[in-house]
Amino acid sequence: MSEYAIEMRNITKTFPGVVANDKVTLQVKKQEIHALLGENGAGKSTLMSILFGSYTADSGTIHLDGKEVDIKNPNVATSLGIGMVHQHFKLVQNYTVTENIVLGMEPTKGRLLDLGSASKRVKEISEQYALRVDPDSLIENITVGQQQRVEILKTLYRNANIIIFDEPTAVLTPQEVDELMDILKKLRSEGKTILLITHKLKEIKEVADRCTVLRRGTYIGTVNVADVSEQDLAEMMVGRSVKFEIDKPEQQAGKTMLKLEHLSVTDASGVSRVKDLSLEVHEGEIVGIAGVDGNGQSELLGAITGLIPLASGTILLDGEHLETLSIRERIERGLGYIPEDRKKYGVVGEFSIAENTALKNYYLDTYRRRFGILDFAAMQKEAENLIEQFDIRSAEGSSTLAGSLSGGNQQKVIVAREISLSPKVLVVAQPTRGLDVGAIEYIRRRLIAERSKGRAILLVSFELDEIMNLCDRIATISKGSIVAVNKQHEVTEREIGMMMAGSRTEGAV
Amino acid sequence: MNKRTQKLLQSDGSVSVLVVLLGFLVGTILVALVGKNPLNMYKALLQSLSGYNIDNGRMNVRYIGETLNYSVPFILCGLSMGFAKRVGLFNIGGEGQYIMGMTVAQAVALLGPQIQTLHWMLAILSAIVIGALWGGVVGVLKAKYEVSEVVSTIMLNYVALYLSRIICLQLPGATTYKTANFPQTALIGNTFFQKITNNSLLNNGIFMMIIAVVVYWFIMEKTSLGYGMRATGFNKDAARASGIPVVKSISISMAISGAFAGLAGGIVALGSFKYGRVISGMDGYGFDGIAVALVGNCTALGTTLAGLLFGMLKNAQALMQGKQIPKEITFIIQGLIVIFIALRSALKLYQEYLDKKQLQKEVGVK
Repeated sequence: MSEYAIEMRNITKTFPGVVANDKVTLQVKKQEIHALLGENGAGKSTLMSILFGSYTADSGTIHLDGKEVDIKNPNVATSLGIGMVHQHFKLVQNYTVTENIVLGMEPTKGRLLDLGSASKRVKEISEQYALRVDPDSLIENITVGQQQRVEILKTLYRNANIIIFDEPTAVLTPQEVDELMDILKKLRSEGKTILLITHKLKEIKEVADRCTVLRRGTYIGTVNVADVSEQDLAEMMVGRSVKFEIDKPEQQAGKTMLKLEHLSVTDASGVSRVKDLSLEVHEGEIVGIAGVDGNGQSELLGAITGLIPLASGTILLDGEHLETLSIRERIERGLGYIPEDRKKYGVVGEFSIAENTALKNYYLDTYRRRFGILDFAAMQKEAENLIEQFDIRSAEGSSTLAGSLSGGNQQKVIVAREISLSPKVLVVAQPTRGLDVGAIEYIRRRLIAERSKGRAILLVSFELDEIMNLCDRIATISKGSIVAVNKQHEVTEREIGMMMAGSRTEGAV
Repeated sequence: MNKRTQKLLQSDGSVSVLVVLLGFLVGTILVALVGKNPLNMYKALLQSLSGYNIDNGRMNVRYIGETLNYSVPFILCGLSMGFAKRVGLFNIGGEGQYIMGMTVAQAVALLGPQIQTLHWMLAILSAIVIGALWGGVVGVLKAKYEVSEVVSTIMLNYVALYLSRIICLQLPGATTYKTANFPQTALIGNTFFQKITNNSLLNNGIFMMIIAVVVYWFIMEKTSLGYGMRATGFNKDAARASGIPVVKSISISMAISGAFAGLAGGIVALGSFKYGRVISGMDGYGFDGIAVALVGNCTALGTTLAGLLFGMLKNAQALMQGKQIPKEITFIIQGLIVIFIALRSALKLYQEYLDKKQLQKEVGVK
């Protein structure tokens, strides 16, 4: 009998243009919670997909319990007792919990479906592992946290002994995260082996026994979590020392720059997404909107920028009404926007960096000469300036195609463009999503610098850490309404979590 | 597979050249398969291109003139397709816009004021304007009401065809297939060209075509209008979020696209014929323009070269028949080229496969 439940030896996997895993080794002991840590693109998901049979490794071997196995596809993985809880749930919305769990291996009585006994079995398992969820509810009627439990139940129903969790906390509120941590510990005490893919150090410290770190597709090392600090883990992950806290000088906020009054937004199917929302952002202030994804944040930003029509309410930018203005007119009035989906809304991939940095002002006298001729040389010169100022790494300078840049550098191109236009109000959505630690640090420092220059910044983020660190005031949104607005340091992460889930707390400003 | 070959495979222009060569190669094999001598096909093509008859060693420059003249509507309709394509639209209505341009040019030629120069200019200008309107309507429908431009342009092609018949039957001296002869002032013939090209139909239309190519290049690559259009074509969402007036871009681009096709119609009407035609079928330049633009990658230069190629093939048809080669072989070659262009993604896949193999070699994987 081997000491290890899972051993992956010298796994190599290449994709066109990248080596996702380069001779990676992973050894997971029985009944431990083993964290797999790495930045985006470090190869965590690829390694797990190989273990789960979604990909086949180019070379290397997998051993379960000391025996070499050939995991050709996810069905083989399931039969070997490996289960996976995906980051994006794979559930049928209008099926019940039980129906979802048995889907693909439905119990039958004769030729008829026997949901009764299935429901009983689900109840048994959920009691054994303290996974509270009503087996007869429809998926669409239960919370995200409960949906995740259904995914866990699905693996247990299939007798999984090894459960892989792919970034399980990304979609959860802080309370739900706490509950998940308890579930993980419970699973371990019931004899399961857990593999936790994450880039959140706090969670690793809280729950994991050992941690394997990957960086750019290579194996860095495996450590006992108890022996290392978060700082150590971060350094292993990034390969250099990292600064966690951001220096944010105290600063007095100025006059109101963005004033939202009684905003309402309805989506195409007539469902109200933003309800009677009011909020102010002042000069030299970062106001954060905290909330779980899908609570009206994107509709709110769409209404401010003009991408989505406004049902009612007023938007004042430095005293001017924006509601009826076109997108271009809003930009001209001083509205900057760093969109969440940078590939879709932020850059034109087939355009060069120079053409992208001029995307919002190409038609102005800066670049427009007689007869509507554009001065591309001037565009390139300005772009070269921005490339240097914003430390954009590109292969061929300003003529590099934006689509060929890494996510972090694309984001820097967008940030450079928006900041160089000196907007009065900067609306920022998920500015660090999917970026590596270096780029995250950089973008955050830039935002603070803009605040120091007196810019009014409205920040939407699903990363509560980001909101807590950067924002002067934090507005918590739930179901399209602001629950409360609190000053930084006057509210805890826990309180915000409560409000994100929809409950109003006492004493909110 | 070395670096240079890889780079060559990645460039759009070289892919087009490769595709054309491939089309000819398969065409050659087909000619051989039906028991004819492929060499005769190339002799016909050479003569169509250079006027040189390799069999008797005689030179007739008329063929050069005709090839150029045939190329003019191909190039213009290619520009029409290309302009819309660069903004992300698929203009299948080049044929209808071409027919409307032709019709209006004929009407102005027969009814307009018979003043030197002014007359034909007016006719050509009217052709451009009606083409722009015919395309612009589609653009507005698309931009404002999200009507698919593919459907509306196809429908408008038929409207144009029958409308053209109705209008032309009302023109002076109209029979079921032609009208009275145009007055001299409406024609765009060029006596100098006729003299040097041994009485080919080559006319002033070629100047207009050259101007159109330059205008196309200038608008697309140099102006702020073209910049906004290209951004819209590449990524409509990012363009919109950046304040680029996407609705305006789409409407204007369809109008400009139609103007090119309308001009083609006007040039063919006044340059290649001395009377107005009451058409009962489509000439097909508008449809061939789609292929021309695809082969030319929708760039000004590429489209011009592709249009010349198509003009040469068309002019070679009669010559091939004279050498017992079925003229349909030119259509087959054109068709093959379009199919191979569509297979470009297969080439991209092959490229990715090569990349992967290269990589595996580098990291030392068997």
